[in-house]
Amino acid sequence: MKLSLRIWRQPDADTPGKMVSYEIDDVSEDASFLEMLDVLNERLIAEGEDPVAFDHDCREGICGACSLMIDGQAHGPQAATTTCQLHMRKFKDGDQIDVEPWRAGAFPVIKDLVVDRTAFDRIIQAGGYISAPTGTAPDAHAVPVPKQDADAAFSAAACIGCGACVAACPNGSGMLFMGAKVAHLGLMPQGQPERHTRVLGMVAAHDEAGFGGCTNTGECAAACPKEIGLDVIGRLNRDFRKAAARAA
Amino acid sequence: MSTDLQTRTAAQPGERARAPQGPWRSNIGLKIIMAVSGILLVLFIIAHMAGNLHVFEGREEMNAYAAGLRSFGEPLLPHESFLWIMRIGLIAAALAHIWSAVVLTRRAMVARPVRYASRKPARGESRHAVATMRWGAIVIVLFVVWHLLDLTWRTVNPVKDIHDAYGAVLATFSPERWPVTVFYLLALVALGFHLRHGIWSAVQTISGPNTKWRGRTQAISLAVAVVVVAGFAIVPLAVTFELVS
Repeated sequence: MKLSLRIWRQPDADTPGKMVSYEIDDVSEDASFLEMLDVLNERLIAEGEDPVAFDHDCREGICGACSLMIDGQAHGPQAATTTCQLHMRKFKDGDQIDVEPWRAGAFPVIKDLVVDRTAFDRIIQAGGYISAPTGTAPDAHAVPVPKQDADAAFSAAACIGCGACVAACPNGSGMLFMGAKVAHLGLMPQGQPERHTRVLGMVAAHDEAGFGGCTNTGECAAACPKEIGLDVIGRLNRDFRKAAARAA
Repeated sequence: MSTDLQTRTAAQPGERARAPQGPWRSNIGLKIIMAVSGILLVLFIIAHMAGNLHVFEGREEMNAYAAGLRSFGEPLLPHESFLWIMRIGLIAAALAHIWSAVVLTRRAMVARPVRYASRKPARGESRHAVATMRWGAIVIVLFVVWHLLDLTWRTVNPVKDIHDAYGAVLATFSPERWPVTVFYLLALVALGFHLRHGIWSAVQTISGPNTKWRGRTQAISLAVAVVVVAGFAIVPLAVTFELVS
């Protein structure tokens, strides 16, 4: 298939960028979106041009490194899919595809489609941990956890920290990410000692990084490749209210 | 990376990112302020809507109801004291609601400094909110200013007698003043969309229901919005089409 791409090119953080058009022929519909970009980059290198920089790592949908805004949708048009798992058969011959980096003040562009997501690391440092020594894997029944809680914690723990929630949010908010961490750790007995300091610390780090507030539009959950729902934001709000009331 | 088993300790409070301000000025804190003030405003709106329906009982009853709001609690309380307590509470809730909305909107604009070149229609579960909440809020504020000039202070109303609430309502929605009725109905549409998202959003912010209850809250929110809009709209429509005279 033949495609015309418009890709955001920006040499470095301080130079203004722009959308640049590329025509690409003979794209296999079995190629993943990133493989299609690899093919384009091979050509650009052969022509002596600078290849398009983009983040990628595992290419099996579990690491959270890939991060492309494809035609105005985080990770592209297919639901519950990361960019690396999106295949070209989802597109038609002759399509024009816009590829942009995540847009958020807290995620500055480093180069082309690569953004700096260390703001998420700072949120994790501010509370996304437990202090209980865990050692080797305990027996499954050593600490009883209700099945419902275990399932909900496991679903929240599916968050890969890709940042699609921030990219899709009309307010550039990181609350789905933060909610996933608060739900994942707060539902388990090992997460209880830091439950109050966790939520206050994470919210402070989130705001300090320059993420916006949540308006409950649900764009984040619709974009999340791991289908994390708005219930985690509800839990985040609830934990925050209790912790803030206790701190006051 | 070392694989040695080490005892990990929690980060000291000093090492954590420090909040630029207290928790109530954080994004979630401001949202809670917006949610609580919004719920108070919704309660006022429901009471206001119900009170308006006295217009169908005729001039005597409607004006008696309006006078009753001023004399409520007498002789235990001074004249209009209850009314002023309600007014001060209402003004405080409206200011808190608008202030938190302005601060959060400005933060949201800073959080997305560069817009996307390519945009798709919203696809979230409350997708209408993206386009209607902030613009609708401006329409509602403009409407409230007009509404106070019209039916509270009577500046733009032909009936200047403050005690003739019935006459003022009939005068403002008379058929030849149809643009007033149209503006009133437009503001109601904005209010309806605002309530449809705002009520469940407030519940989500304050109490964080689970998925099942979130769905129920959204349904209740829509029902309240429909009832409020219908209850308010029936009065100007009835007057304009001369069903009340």
